[in-house]
Amino acid sequence: MKIIPASDSSLLVVFGDAISPEIQQHVLGLFHALQTRQDPRICNLHPAYTSLLIDFDPLLTTHHTVATLAESLSSTGRSAAEDSTEVVEIPACYDAEFGVDLADVAAHNHISSDDVVRLHSSASYHVCFLGFTAGFAYLGGMPEALYTPRLATPRRLVPEGSVGIAGGQTGIYPAETPGGWRIIGRTPLRMFDPLAQPPTRLQAGDWVRFTSVDRATFERLRQERP
Amino acid sequence: MTVRVVKPGFFTTVQDRGRFGYAHLGISPAGAADALSLRIANLLLGNDENAPALEMTLVGATLEFEESAMVAISGANCDCRVGHKWLHGQTATHIPAGSVLHCGSTIDGARSYLAVRGGFDVPLVMGSASTDVRGRFGGFEGRRLQGGDVLQVRRAATAQVCLLHGGVLEAVCPSGPLRVTRGAQHDWFSPEAYAKLLASTYLVSEQSDRAGLRLQGERVSPRETSQLLTDGIPLGAIQVPQDGQPIVLFVDQQTTGGYPKIANVIAADMHRIGQLRSRDQVGFGEVSIAEAVEALRQQELWLKRIFATGSVDPFTA
Repeated sequence: MKIIPASDSSLLVVFGDAISPEIQQHVLGLFHALQTRQDPRICNLHPAYTSLLIDFDPLLTTHHTVATLAESLSSTGRSAAEDSTEVVEIPACYDAEFGVDLADVAAHNHISSDDVVRLHSSASYHVCFLGFTAGFAYLGGMPEALYTPRLATPRRLVPEGSVGIAGGQTGIYPAETPGGWRIIGRTPLRMFDPLAQPPTRLQAGDWVRFTSVDRATFERLRQERP
Repeated sequence: MTVRVVKPGFFTTVQDRGRFGYAHLGISPAGAADALSLRIANLLLGNDENAPALEMTLVGATLEFEESAMVAISGANCDCRVGHKWLHGQTATHIPAGSVLHCGSTIDGARSYLAVRGGFDVPLVMGSASTDVRGRFGGFEGRRLQGGDVLQVRRAATAQVCLLHGGVLEAVCPSGPLRVTRGAQHDWFSPEAYAKLLASTYLVSEQSDRAGLRLQGERVSPRETSQLLTDGIPLGAIQVPQDGQPIVLFVDQQTTGGYPKIANVIAADMHRIGQLRSRDQVGFGEVSIAEAVEALRQQELWLKRIFATGSVDPFTA
């Protein structure tokens, strides 16, 4: 574990330099331990693949104090990494109309579009962290047969709910934003609702499965949402 | 009491000091790009320093006041008038009922802050009144103001206003290079590349917004060719994408990103980023973390000292 000052108001705690479930456990363990404390000196926590960025108020505490706290919580924190065992089901419609890059992902991996759908909706994914935009979850655990590089030129607008692939990651666009991930389908669920508690459907540490739904089910679920 | 937006200006949003504690959900702080000026505008009126105010970018708004009000404008100077009466910046001013306040273009910075006694009344979302433009929530209906919008103003309990004397702002807002500390991936860059960042003058590109100032000038490419795994981005981080042109990230920034961060603007200078306009020139100077924290401490002491000696409002006394 390495602790680096990232600014006058933050520390970056680095647990390793490659993505692995064990390192992810460390990151989320420390994240949950700090989150539970509700420490008013700490302003924001940014978990990522191998690191946790801790933003704090330098008028209330110091780099040294926060580093010491991170170290002590990390050494005892493994048990605090209460990984949820519950699986969040995400319905997704993989019709070509939504999955505009489905054929390209299939071609890139020399498999059929049906194989892409079958593989994508059969795996269990782990929410590594949320970032990029409000409610965007980076999901790990995608089958290697689906790995596809992101688009060379990002799209100006990707529709809300789009399910995408970038390298070995998959994720869902919670809002209409620019984006360069390969789009293979769309979920009818709202992934981010600022007024809900919690505001995001997925949290770091959650498990996720995609369920393939037809267009009629997609429309019905879309209409049912608040 | 209400304020009607006659003309919204170029880009006007409701902001407070920002939304903290949600970075792990991908939610950036938003908030005033120049939070120091927002606080000053509020303190001039005796408001809580976090009260929601209007952030007006480059061209100010035209607003009609239903009832009489006390307002204060801080940040960049802009020509503001009610009828033929010009308003002074950095001062609390009485606006008679039914009058129209015209705010013109900013003269010496990018953003002016208009606070009203009591503060604008918008629903808090995740504890903050700030507009998250990208996420389309917070502030007034999650968006920039438009003509015809009607803003509510909270009734104020306080009647005290403060007066700022000439020269005081210069003391909290130093000029010169933006002060930085070393970034988390500082060692991804050669000492020569880092020296180049500190020695060069950059031009603020027109592609800049509240998420980041894109700079044009000397390239500072990282020596590492390996890709950085996405990690958390602190407020004010200076990240360098492949093209070697630095980007200073702030209030609406992404919470995580995959470009190496060479340096970080210090907290005491963060508000200055919010006043930079496209085609402005900017340079960087390194300080230690201890110096950065001390600068912030001085700034806070300074602000407290000015407003601890506030004088009584002549209009309500």
